[in-house]
Amino acid sequence: MGTMGAAAFAALAACGSGSTSSSTGGASAGSKASGVVTFGSNQSDAVPKQAYADIISAYQAQSNGVTVTTNTVDHNTFQENINNYLQGSPDDVFTWFAGYRMRFFAEQGLAGDISDVWGNISGQSDAMKGASTGSDGKQYFVPFTTYPWAVFYRPSVFTAKGYTVPKTMDDFYTLSAQIKKDGLVPLAFADKDGWPAMGTFDQLNLRLNGYDFHVSLMAGKESWTDQKVKNVFDAWRKLLEVSQPDSLGRTWQEAAQSLQKGESATYVLGMFVGQQFTAGADREDLDFFTFPEMDSNIGTGAIEAPIDGFMMASKPKNPAGAKDLLTYLSSAKAQEVYVKGDPTVIATNSGADTSTYTSLQKKAVDFIGSAKNISQFMDRDTRPDFASTVMIPAIQTFIGNPSDVDGLVNSIESQKKSIFAS
Amino acid sequence: MVAIPSIVVVGLIWLPAISSVILSFTKWNGIGNISADDFIGPTNYRNVATNYPPFWPAMTHNLIWLTVMFLVATPFGMFLAVLLDKEIRATRVYQMALYMPVVLSLALIGFIWQLIFSKDNGLLNAVTGSGIDWFGDQRYNLWAALVATSWRQVGYIMLLYLAGLKAVDQSLREAAAIDGCSESKAFFRVIFPVMRPINIIILVVTFIESLRAFDLVWIINKGRNGLELISTLVTQNVVGEASRIGFGSALATVMLLISSVFITIYLRVVMRVDR
Repeated sequence: MGTMGAAAFAALAACGSGSTSSSTGGASAGSKASGVVTFGSNQSDAVPKQAYADIISAYQAQSNGVTVTTNTVDHNTFQENINNYLQGSPDDVFTWFAGYRMRFFAEQGLAGDISDVWGNISGQSDAMKGASTGSDGKQYFVPFTTYPWAVFYRPSVFTAKGYTVPKTMDDFYTLSAQIKKDGLVPLAFADKDGWPAMGTFDQLNLRLNGYDFHVSLMAGKESWTDQKVKNVFDAWRKLLEVSQPDSLGRTWQEAAQSLQKGESATYVLGMFVGQQFTAGADREDLDFFTFPEMDSNIGTGAIEAPIDGFMMASKPKNPAGAKDLLTYLSSAKAQEVYVKGDPTVIATNSGADTSTYTSLQKKAVDFIGSAKNISQFMDRDTRPDFASTVMIPAIQTFIGNPSDVDGLVNSIESQKKSIFAS
Repeated sequence: MVAIPSIVVVGLIWLPAISSVILSFTKWNGIGNISADDFIGPTNYRNVATNYPPFWPAMTHNLIWLTVMFLVATPFGMFLAVLLDKEIRATRVYQMALYMPVVLSLALIGFIWQLIFSKDNGLLNAVTGSGIDWFGDQRYNLWAALVATSWRQVGYIMLLYLAGLKAVDQSLREAAAIDGCSESKAFFRVIFPVMRPINIIILVVTFIESLRAFDLVWIINKGRNGLELISTLVTQNVVGEASRIGFGSALATVMLLISSVFITIYLRVVMRVDR
């Protein structure tokens, strides 16, 4: 116990020396953290909830004085109440997402500046730091886990039927014709909940128009009536021909099951698709490839990989303790505990031990590591009100009636103007 | 003694209602205080009517909802109540069976109908061999939702009406029987008219429930893709991260206006009864 305490103290002292000169966190990072830190978690499912409990007890064992009270709230309720929650009396540290969703709350003054914490963080890449930075250049977020969006498939099905992984969209359509002939659905598809199809839009837009256009379109800086956007919908209309029909009545879980049963050959989704596969041999038989190339000038360097992590309340009751906990959560050690419990995500800390990773997790590490650009996800990269009240109905309208692209983009653009104006 | 109810009514009903109306002229996003430059006049209403594709479908769906409840579900519930009132054998069993949906939690009701209407794994398609996407196809999902809602509404109306029927003076029926009235004639000429107060309550309940219609479609698909209702649009805009409080309030005000039409009619009818 004595040695552990000393080690923790040494670590804290190191924090202190790192940031004593900075004006921001002198009081907090310099003094020793103690007291109670409250932690608001949206991880209400049994497995992640237990993993968090393990992390917190590991933290308390080495923190030498800080106790953490965890308030777990149902995932959807947490998201829907985030505004009230942050304006009421939020927990000192809470779970959230990177990207526009983080910047939005930082800009409203509802999140605490943790730039000084970043002085003590190691193993998080510059890309991770960028994704944690608000529009004012300060950091407001600590990355914890991430997972890629890609085209998932079962290697056993591909081997049995003699399919090869398509590199370009032309390859994919050639393959799709063969898959159809074999009596399978080429591409599983579901959009009952409104958000999964956003991922398909993102992939098509990244492949056709590139990362920079995608980001600036999401930021409201491009016109949705631009020919580039129409091209995305035109390409999507073609893709719908090989996609699972009746997607608006199907949840992503049901679509994932059709992949799992071998009724569909591929599925564009996040790595959480693995949750619908039972652990063991079934889950081992799951692999992915990047969304095929559509324009050789653009290539496939841009991928989508949302980052989940933590933020600090703007006025935490225990700032020193909160920052200490955040530093711990950014560490490889804490993240290793979590990813063991949930093998459909990977740690964001490059120092995390990957030897216990599943082959899918290992592949995700390489995939994200070698990406040139990483986008978050439509509802994390744009204004939340635009994503949920305009884009969800618009995409569902498109899926129901893919022919009227002009009317659709005009409607999106005029709604965008009214929302981004406020 | 009137003070407490008054405070409750003003505090819980009038203040929120008036605030909604005021907020509907702002672009407030729910964060911080409202300032003068948040006021944008009737822009939200203009956007609702001209620049918000789900709005008119929602109005139509609310109207269809009301019509079906009013012409199908409610009369059917009343019919069942009349049948059960005849003290047929095992009437308690029927009552319980029909009332069951009203007691079940909505999450459970959503789940039950999901099992029936799901395209790939649903009971209905498995039995009939059809491949209809009941909850995903705009041509069918509103009707599927209406079947599920009626299932609940019928039981609710039945119980209300049964209670009313039990309270009807037995001597009226006997007098009608002695006069040689057929059963249906006795019901429409004698029983139905004396049940005026309960009939009005049933009418109001049907109107209010149709306007409030929300829970079931929210469970099905959050009120999108053919299941838009005014109440779901309000929720989508106000609750959650979207926080278009001003815009959502404009939608809520539209809903308030429509319901106040019915409330006015109701009050006038009730006043006339009192006089």
